[in-house]
Amino acid sequence: MAQESAVYQLKLPSRTENLEIIREFVARIAQKAGFDEEDVAKIELAVDEACTNVVKHAYEGGSDKPIDVVVKLDYSKLTVIVTDQGKGFNPESVEVPDIKEYLAELRVGGLGIYLIRTLMDEVKYDIRPGVRNQVKMVKYFVGEGGETRRSEEVFIGTTRKVSVPKNESGS
Amino acid sequence: MSSFEVQRKDDGPVTTLYLKGYLDAHTAPELESAFQKLVDEKRFNVVVSMAELTYISSAGMGVFMGFIETMRDNRGDIKLSNLPPKIYRVFDLLGFPLLYEVYEEEEQALKKFRELTGEGGSEEAGSPPEAR
Repeated sequence: MAQESAVYQLKLPSRTENLEIIREFVARIAQKAGFDEEDVAKIELAVDEACTNVVKHAYEGGSDKPIDVVVKLDYSKLTVIVTDQGKGFNPESVEVPDIKEYLAELRVGGLGIYLIRTLMDEVKYDIRPGVRNQVKMVKYFVGEGGETRRSEEVFIGTTRKVSVPKNESGS
Repeated sequence: MSSFEVQRKDDGPVTTLYLKGYLDAHTAPELESAFQKLVDEKRFNVVVSMAELTYISSAGMGVFMGFIETMRDNRGDIKLSNLPPKIYRVFDLLGFPLLYEVYEEEEQALKKFRELTGEGGSEEAGSPPEAR
């Protein structure tokens, strides 16, 4: 089959008021690509969380520095790449071992990371503080092979860590 | 036109907050100040009705987490009602149903408060717990 692919890009100042526009942008593309309502909602939320992290943490709020959202579609998946030039953060420092315990401690800040991990099939962080930080999130169209793989990769500077937290049994 | 609205109704010792629109990092401060106002007024029994809430992100969920302890420490609670399926799914992902009482209808949440506070009439409003 001809590799149908498309790339969409949105660049906005990193303000919370722009989150709505980013969500609608991504949701419309996901919808058009044929994801069902539930998956569209998941993609929308994951992208919101990634962009909220940029506004609140990478740029520490109130900044007009750019936030760059790229959506790529190919035959098997939708990929969203969120890029900023802020100070970056280590997604591993907000590890979530036990969500119940976590909630009990009211550690609000890490919820977004947890959600992104849970909502998307693949998440890859490429953190180069002050230069360029990138979160790449992938959602596969279901159908081929049923269960999709789930993984998370973290690059910080030159260090690379790969973890495959879920859906490992029996695959 | 605002994309998020909080309306408030006081019924005896219980306050219901009706949320409408989307609750994200941009609008969460509005809900935060609504809750802060209730705390200032020592109204710790809160039902949050979400029938018209179209979207929630972790920034919105964070508001409930930020206030639940204060409410419970003052013998109150935050009870949730009328969650649209889309909203419920997000709550569920984060395990909120373990932490918060979730009701289908606002009335059920109000009833639960009435059982706890005794009557259900407004006379109970006059007996707030001691300040901590």
